[in-house]
Amino acid sequence: MVVAKSARPKSERRPGKAREALLAYALLAPALLLFIAFTVFPIGFGAYISLHNWRLGPREFLGLGNYIRALSPGSEFWPSLGATLTYSVLAVPVQISIALTLAYLLFQKIRGKSLFRVVMFLPWVTSTVATAAVWARLYSPDIGLINGALKSLGLTPLRWLLEDDGIFALVAGGLGVSLPDWLQGPSLAMVSVVIYTTWVFVGYNMTLFLAGLGNIPGEMYEAARIDGANGWQLFRHITWPLLSPTTFFVVLITVIGTLKAFNHIWVMTQGNNGTQTASILIYRQFYEFQRAGYASALAFLLSAVILAVTILQNRVAAERVNY
Amino acid sequence: MATVSAAPLSQADARRAPKQSLDKVNPLIYLVLIIVGIASITPFLWMMLTSIKDYGDVVSLSLWPWPPLGNSAPRFDNFAQAIQLIGIDRDTGLPMFFRHVLNTATVTAIVIASSVTTSVLAAYAFAQLDFPAKNVLFILVLATFMIPEELILVPRAVMMNKNYLNWYNTLPAMVAPFLVNAFGIFLIRQFFLQIPRDLYDAARIDGAGHLRYLTLVMIPLARPAILTLALLEFIWTWNEFRWIQLVTSSSNMRTVSVGLVGFLQTDGGAQTQLAMAVAVMVVLPVVILYFFTQRYFTEGIATTGLKG
Repeated sequence: MVVAKSARPKSERRPGKAREALLAYALLAPALLLFIAFTVFPIGFGAYISLHNWRLGPREFLGLGNYIRALSPGSEFWPSLGATLTYSVLAVPVQISIALTLAYLLFQKIRGKSLFRVVMFLPWVTSTVATAAVWARLYSPDIGLINGALKSLGLTPLRWLLEDDGIFALVAGGLGVSLPDWLQGPSLAMVSVVIYTTWVFVGYNMTLFLAGLGNIPGEMYEAARIDGANGWQLFRHITWPLLSPTTFFVVLITVIGTLKAFNHIWVMTQGNNGTQTASILIYRQFYEFQRAGYASALAFLLSAVILAVTILQNRVAAERVNY
Repeated sequence: MATVSAAPLSQADARRAPKQSLDKVNPLIYLVLIIVGIASITPFLWMMLTSIKDYGDVVSLSLWPWPPLGNSAPRFDNFAQAIQLIGIDRDTGLPMFFRHVLNTATVTAIVIASSVTTSVLAAYAFAQLDFPAKNVLFILVLATFMIPEELILVPRAVMMNKNYLNWYNTLPAMVAPFLVNAFGIFLIRQFFLQIPRDLYDAARIDGAGHLRYLTLVMIPLARPAILTLALLEFIWTWNEFRWIQLVTSSSNMRTVSVGLVGFLQTDGGAQTQLAMAVAVMVVLPVVILYFFTQRYFTEGIATTGLKG
């Protein structure tokens, strides 16, 4: 994180300092008051709620009861955390490797560069609720475009978002082998959601990579070329290391984004068929069952996971990233 | 989080591709890019085509049921039928869908006005003024950015209940969490920091104080950044779903995204061509705006690289 530097060295401070400070606080007041009211206060309030059985009727102090319930074996929290991490582990590498490849291709001297960028960025701009609704229809077993294409190619249609079975189990089943439960793999519904996520975010991540590529001085490539470096060597020894701050940043926001994913999963599966991520579980507990206390406790647990993952990534980055 | 914030807006234009010397670009690159481009727009095309199909043609998986390939007529009345099925708003007598559009536009306008104003004012203080606890406050602002929305979703919603703010199912509840945005403060501050201080000294000699300098010099100079923020706020707010769903209960307080999800769960929404007709109407304003202003989107994202 870049820490704010004072715009002006201390020696330059003038007597009008008190007035200047007063003006600064006045300018900051609207933003700070709104932050306090709707961001800072809710954190404390949420912690308080999470210690109660907080429903429409009388409230009851539970201490850590909600947390114990969430963390006890057999609670819904563990499978939802598993689904969240599965989603993240599937989505992040796919999204990022495709985005980086596309950025690298688009960075060459090609025609129609901006048209490609505009088109690939479009899915990110449009409402996830609407595009997820479209994809849910594309995935439809009966009337979907995807099964229609499979059928016309003579392949077996699949149940996509409605399929609870794991993909490894499906593949093995196709070969007439049955797999033990722990080898089933993520559900086809989860994989379908990941494909949609890739469609949405590839253009966005690609835009970030393009900006990063633009910051690498062209002279470095010229110098390496004179030394006889080939295309792969240029990528491996110049682009990849110099792009590492961007790559780290893209990985970080993608991981955090996948850990919080909600809208499209809600629209496509409502959390069914192995896609009940922690965000979906929190929302359901609150929206469907009005369990504000339990939902708040789950939210603190999810946030702790996100924080831990972020710290871990920063540790790794400190060793690997060239700033 | 400001890891890739180094490139100022103007530099985005100055990108230099690694020199390809005289060799032609591999045609395979075009092939890959065209395939990905087609994949990016196919769902949109399918949505638009389906929205004017007859139910029979949807079920029979006909991609293009109209002449010259088929003999159905395009069903533009799907839009009217979908709007009719969503119902009528008793307050205004308008079709409920238009009420949803009106609500969305109102929420979006308030959010843009508020977040741009608060961001510009706060950014000016952080970029131009000196005051105690400046760094601490700036770090606090950035920190709010890293707080997962999940963490504050439930307490925020509880705050809207009748025991607290009593805003449930009202406009204030719908906009409250979006009135200020740390991303906006950061974006505008980065832009303000690039404006040379000499300008301020010159303005002072001419007798301008901070407020006149801000309104007459800084804001006009920072127009691209302000426009970027306004556009991003537009799409985020237009597309917002979860919060509005949580704090509203009556249909006439809902926005287009929430209305769309509600419609999908009805018998009308089960008819794919009607669901797609509504989806087209939800997506279209954003797509049109995006095509006219896409430069600001991509540059804004590339400059600050924030928010997924």
